[in-house]
Amino acid sequence: MVSSLYCMRKMRERCRQTDRHTPTPVWPQLEPSGPIFTPCLFTLPSVLLLFQYTWDTNEEYLFKAMVAFSMRRVPNREATEISHVLLCNVTQRVSFWFVVTDPSRNHTLPAVEVQSAIRMNRNRINNAFFLNDQTLEFLRIPATLAPPTDPSVPVWIIIFGVMFCIIIVATMLLILSGIRQHRRKNKGPSEMEDTEDKWENTVKIENGIPCDPLDMKGGHVNDAFVTEDERLTPL
Amino acid sequence: MDEARPLWATPLQFVFACISYAVGLGNVWRFPYLCQMYGGGSFLVPYLIMLTVEGMPLLYLELAVGQRMRQGSIGAWRTINPYLSGVGVASVVVSFFLSMYYNVINAWAFWYLFHSFQDPLPWSMCPLNGNRTGYDEECEKASSTQYFWYRKTLNISPSIQESGAVQWEPALCLILAWLLVYLCILRGTESTGKVVYFTALLPYCVLIIYLVRGLTLHGATNGLAYMFTPKMEQLANPKAWINAATQIFFSLGLGFGSLIAFASYNEPSNNCQKHAVIVSIINSSTSIFASVVTFSIYGFKATFNYESCLNKVILLLTNSFDLEDGFLTVSNLEEVKSYLASAYPSKYSEVFPQIKNCSLESELETAVQGTGLAFIVYTEAIKNMEVSQLWSVLYFFMLLMLGIGSMLGNTAAILTPLTDSKVISSYLPKEAISGLVCLVSCAIGLVFTVEAGNYWFDIFNDYAATLPLLLIVLVEAAAVCYLYGLRRFESDLKAMTGHALNWYWKAMWGGVSPLLIISLFVFYLSDYIITGTLQYQAWDASQGQLVTKDYPPYALAIIGLLVASSTMCIPLGALGTFIVRHLKQGDTASVA
Repeated sequence: MVSSLYCMRKMRERCRQTDRHTPTPVWPQLEPSGPIFTPCLFTLPSVLLLFQYTWDTNEEYLFKAMVAFSMRRVPNREATEISHVLLCNVTQRVSFWFVVTDPSRNHTLPAVEVQSAIRMNRNRINNAFFLNDQTLEFLRIPATLAPPTDPSVPVWIIIFGVMFCIIIVATMLLILSGIRQHRRKNKGPSEMEDTEDKWENTVKIENGIPCDPLDMKGGHVNDAFVTEDERLTPL
Repeated sequence: MDEARPLWATPLQFVFACISYAVGLGNVWRFPYLCQMYGGGSFLVPYLIMLTVEGMPLLYLELAVGQRMRQGSIGAWRTINPYLSGVGVASVVVSFFLSMYYNVINAWAFWYLFHSFQDPLPWSMCPLNGNRTGYDEECEKASSTQYFWYRKTLNISPSIQESGAVQWEPALCLILAWLLVYLCILRGTESTGKVVYFTALLPYCVLIIYLVRGLTLHGATNGLAYMFTPKMEQLANPKAWINAATQIFFSLGLGFGSLIAFASYNEPSNNCQKHAVIVSIINSSTSIFASVVTFSIYGFKATFNYESCLNKVILLLTNSFDLEDGFLTVSNLEEVKSYLASAYPSKYSEVFPQIKNCSLESELETAVQGTGLAFIVYTEAIKNMEVSQLWSVLYFFMLLMLGIGSMLGNTAAILTPLTDSKVISSYLPKEAISGLVCLVSCAIGLVFTVEAGNYWFDIFNDYAATLPLLLIVLVEAAAVCYLYGLRRFESDLKAMTGHALNWYWKAMWGGVSPLLIISLFVFYLSDYIITGTLQYQAWDASQGQLVTKDYPPYALAIIGLLVASSTMCIPLGALGTFIVRHLKQGDTASVA
């Protein structure tokens, strides 16, 4: 049994602004069923819990109209009139009992029928009073909770897909640029050796005589010492 | 052709790398819990003492060793003494275990991050049951955030024996997490050096934003007052001191080999003493800063729950006694309750069992640590904030940055010895070695995405690193001081950096820190032995809460194997070196 103090407080503020009298909340009680056919001792199928800033006969009339409307939408009950809905035991907390009688006014309609009818039209009844499931409560009628909207593709997969693609692309770029750098490094030293040889050749050709007889840049072995090396026996 | 060792582009990158490694999830989810359990403000006393006596010296030691030896953990310890190569191997094994299970946390952070882009947040409401008359039963008994964590994220089984199948959603997030780690370590220090700017700085941005938001939340001051009121009697509790020492030890990430790896990429003349002091101070300040944020969020959550509880009681009484609306308020609740008890005793006794005793203290006292804090308590607080999607995205992004930063250090600890080894690096380029390590860790990490995966995660979290690390760091400190020689190390450092070694460091390395580690080690061993069988917390879906269960024998065997596989490396390494040397000596003797 849930009532919303928050909602009540808000309405009271509105009440203060519009200068109405302070509301007295009314809350219906569920009384045990009784067989006697008196207006206030019916087998009451449901109870209305209502928070509103005023509750007068006009609002009661509207409520009866809504219940009758709900019953009229049930097949076989299209003849329900507002006068068939009876309210009683209206308490200060805006709560009361109600029953729906059949057209002959001899007996009440079974509780299950009334409950299912109200359940189907719960949204309309709520909206008629500008209330919601928390502030307008029918005891013994469980609310049909609205399921959370499930998009066809879960949102998280979309974001996962985006991140996944970005990371894969970045990884591929890094790997490819790494491979390219590696290849350039491998080509680089061999190219360097070619240019060095050419430079040494040009030096020799330009002057006719070698500029630097002790040129060890290319790591050339000095031919003068080759025979000596051959003479030495290996250890 | 020998390439020169890659270096950090600037010393700042090295400092940021150390900070992003040390400042991790433990600062956010373990320190606030310890602070709460061991006396609030007075816990800072043992914490700061342990920082100066244990944290800073050991951190400096590791950085100095790495910078001096210029190799990963295996090579560094082998250089110090050939019989110590086992220490390096043990570090690598522990790092490997850590990286396997740690990245699962990043996977969970990704999961929550991706789910934060929905309105309303999926953990703010319970899903409906089959016939849409009410909420799901498990969710009703627990809370919506607990349900989202245990059912939607983990899909946890009732016990460790029931493994279940691999859950594809966390598995996908795990693969993504490993891809991100691979992207960051792909090029070695070149790529890591740039990533650490983000992983070190962004968490601070988020923490500052959260600090401002947290302090302006309604009820934040309740949490802060609760945390910082010192309970001086806790100083006499030895557990407070032990936990402070343990927290400093593990928070700095000593013994994994990551700090040695990071320091090995330094210029030899780098002033690592200054950096060690800076990193340890920043790490501890971040812990304290994060706990301020955490406690203001705690205070908000506790106040929110307390006020909802009071409102429910007011509603119940208003309904039961047909009172005028607005008559009952928070201030007159107690008087009205006593009036009603005396005026309508029978009715009051009917209603009385349903009236809950709302207490702000009991809300604040629910101390949580670990994944429970990060994924259940924080999300519960976030769902009640305005614009909760923004706060959720920021928070999980911060968790992700902290986790990735620590992962960079872990993988560096594994990769640096591998890339240093000439055998392996001659066959495979750096990128391929990193890729292989990530692939193997990811494949084994899929074990943590099965239905019982969280129980295995807890095993790894509690046992894979605690004892072995204490042993490793103890051997490290003893080796540097006594095997290598403190004087020799001192002259090495002076030649390398140009600064003389302060007497304080010598005193700590030689005496105090090893003694502390020995006492921690003895305490843990005795704790395990005294408690007898090890137990774990299992989620019971029918009750909607955690229950304690015993580990089955094979799980105990695996725990033993985890601890043994890393600690046994140390003696086995020494033995192996001894045998190899003996054989070599035998060979040369026979030739001559």
